[in-house]
Amino acid sequence: MTSFMPPADKHWWKVPVGRQELIWIAIALIWCIIMFLMMPLWHVYGKQNLSTEAYQTTPAKFGAKVEEMIGKYKVGEESGMPVVAPPVGSDVYMLGRLWQWYPILKLKKNQEYRLHLSSMDWQHGWSLQPDNINLQIVPGYDMVLKITPDKSGEYSVICNEYCGIGHHTMVGKIYVED
Amino acid sequence: MAEFRVCPDSGFYFHKSAESLMKVNAVVGIVALLVAGLLALGVVLTRWQEVHWLPADTFYMVLTGHGINALIFWIIFFEMAILYFASSTLLRCRLATPRWGWAGFFLMIIGAVMNNVAVFSGQSSVMMTSYVPMQAEPHFYLGLILFAVGALIQVFVFFGTLVVAQQEKTYEGSVPLVTFGAITAAIIAVFTIASGAIILIPTFLWSIGYVSHIDAEMYRIIWWGMGHSSQQINVAAHVAVWYLIAGVLFGARPMSEKVSRFAFLLYILFLQLASAHHILVDPGISTEWKIFNTSYAMYLAVLASMIHGLTVPGSIEVAQRKKGLTKGLFEWLRKAPWANPVFSSMFIALVTFGFIGGITGVVMGTEQINLIIHNTIYVPAHFHATVVTGTTLTFMGLTYLLIPVLFRRETFLPWMAKLQPYVFGGGMTILILFMLGAGTMGVARRHWDMDFAGAAMAFEYPAIAYTMMAIGAIGGLLAIAGGAMYLIVAVGSLLFGKKLEPSAGILESFAGKPLQASAYNVSKPEFLPMAPKLEEEHDDGKFEAPGTFGLAMLLLVTFVVYYFINWKYLASVWPLG
Repeated sequence: MTSFMPPADKHWWKVPVGRQELIWIAIALIWCIIMFLMMPLWHVYGKQNLSTEAYQTTPAKFGAKVEEMIGKYKVGEESGMPVVAPPVGSDVYMLGRLWQWYPILKLKKNQEYRLHLSSMDWQHGWSLQPDNINLQIVPGYDMVLKITPDKSGEYSVICNEYCGIGHHTMVGKIYVED
Repeated sequence: MAEFRVCPDSGFYFHKSAESLMKVNAVVGIVALLVAGLLALGVVLTRWQEVHWLPADTFYMVLTGHGINALIFWIIFFEMAILYFASSTLLRCRLATPRWGWAGFFLMIIGAVMNNVAVFSGQSSVMMTSYVPMQAEPHFYLGLILFAVGALIQVFVFFGTLVVAQQEKTYEGSVPLVTFGAITAAIIAVFTIASGAIILIPTFLWSIGYVSHIDAEMYRIIWWGMGHSSQQINVAAHVAVWYLIAGVLFGARPMSEKVSRFAFLLYILFLQLASAHHILVDPGISTEWKIFNTSYAMYLAVLASMIHGLTVPGSIEVAQRKKGLTKGLFEWLRKAPWANPVFSSMFIALVTFGFIGGITGVVMGTEQINLIIHNTIYVPAHFHATVVTGTTLTFMGLTYLLIPVLFRRETFLPWMAKLQPYVFGGGMTILILFMLGAGTMGVARRHWDMDFAGAAMAFEYPAIAYTMMAIGAIGGLLAIAGGAMYLIVAVGSLLFGKKLEPSAGILESFAGKPLQASAYNVSKPEFLPMAPKLEEEHDDGKFEAPGTFGLAMLLLVTFVVYYFINWKYLASVWPLG
């Protein structure tokens, strides 16, 4: 009943806390600290950490870089979309727009690439399947991350940030070859 | 002139104008829940891929309306009623500036209607988050702004009432714990609404052409200062209601005033940082900022919830044991009033909020783990466990308490009320668990078609993802049925429930009209004394609530195991840095 009445003790903050609560608070706090430390530890020992490298850009500037890469390293076409095989370690570009991930990339397994992502229009969600890696793609920002595909095969990039009526048709591809 | 009445069943005092405002806010909230529930049917039956009911444009419109009506309008209207209850009723005090309260209330209605008009015109299917540069119609934003201003006014009427109570010395000592929790919610609400104003006002100006550009990343960061913090209002409010229900039903005392209040204080200090949860995989945000903010400094707000998770059921256990239910660890729980929907709602809410909502929230809010969860259907699964089985179910339970106490009606179809928390909580839990599963398979949220029909390149989800979405949808239908049962009981009670006290007309409860004048026969409520002291202040080192401690340890073990499973899963995806 004291939950809806003033505390029984005028100086309630001086009333000692029971042992059971103290033990639980101590256990919970230790768990909180462990969870907190896991994040910096993963930066040291883990392999999946998001880079913070990003640049302000414009759709025109970013689009030009995408086209430049396509011009240099295009190796084919699929469903009307260029397939690009950029050299290992190079800067690789993929853009999101209504409603495409452009172009198709062909990468080598266990090699590192600098992947640039940006949007030409609205916000998009870069969602690599079936690995299920998800990134927020924001117009005006060139997001750069180092990726090392460690399994070969065909990957799909779907959009998982709502971007209008054709949202569900926004499917891209990344091939990883041995 | 007598302006107060005392409820003969509960002993609560109601000030006439506070009572009216509680009624209208609660009733309008329930109307918003009705709208949200109808729209939920469209969402569920479309995302169930085998049914795939609505066309894409209607689906996105319905989804936008569902989110806003459920998450914003239903919950915040109802919270206004709770604020009046926690101030005027609990402190036995007159309401400060009732006219301002009404002004705020009407402003909220105008805003809510305006926003809904924008959504249902079909030109504002921008989802609740309305991420720029996707643009809604101007009155979409204006409606939200007016709603927020109205809410802010009512929050200040609440603060004013606290001042009145203190000045007029209506109570002794410190404010009750429930009021303290409500103050926490109100303080977070002010922060929330300020963030909302900072981002929605420029966005509104942008939508009418007065501002040329809104930076999309800046929008996200500030919008979530409102979007996430508004959910923290709910946490503080529903935890306060848990303490209230424990007190009313069991005569439970908080195990320690100091601990419970300290935990609420941690909410005020740290919960707002959670805006970072939504920015973890955004471009260019520094690692340190993300780690500090996403963990509420050092999971100190999580610590607060874990404390409430022990002290709320713990206080019930202590009260039950005092009544002689001391056999074993769990007799107190087995013999709890499971047929009383006030209790069952509250307890299901407590368990699902802690075990599912809390744990999934921390896991997906971990900086790196967010990479494998962001924007998948795991996210709505998580927040349905916090704001639906958590907040909404708690408020449903409170409604069953308010029907006799505030509205002075007998509950309509009590058998239905008895079943309702189980149907709603059970259905929603199925929905949540299977959406969590589908999310880990990569199924996207806010997505019309799992088959990607019309895409230039094909992609197929594994068959199990379809099965999970289908089972989840069946759970969703069950939850919608449970929601309908709630509405039937709540609305039916106001329309047809036997009047416990004479009143004027059939629609009076909806209009917030007071009971017949004769009910208000108290001109000044009795002074609210401090709670009676316990006879034996025992602290012999024994655990007062061993059963609850066992449940808490179960929570911890579940938490630890599930947390590390997700790290393991993260370690299996492409290395990136």
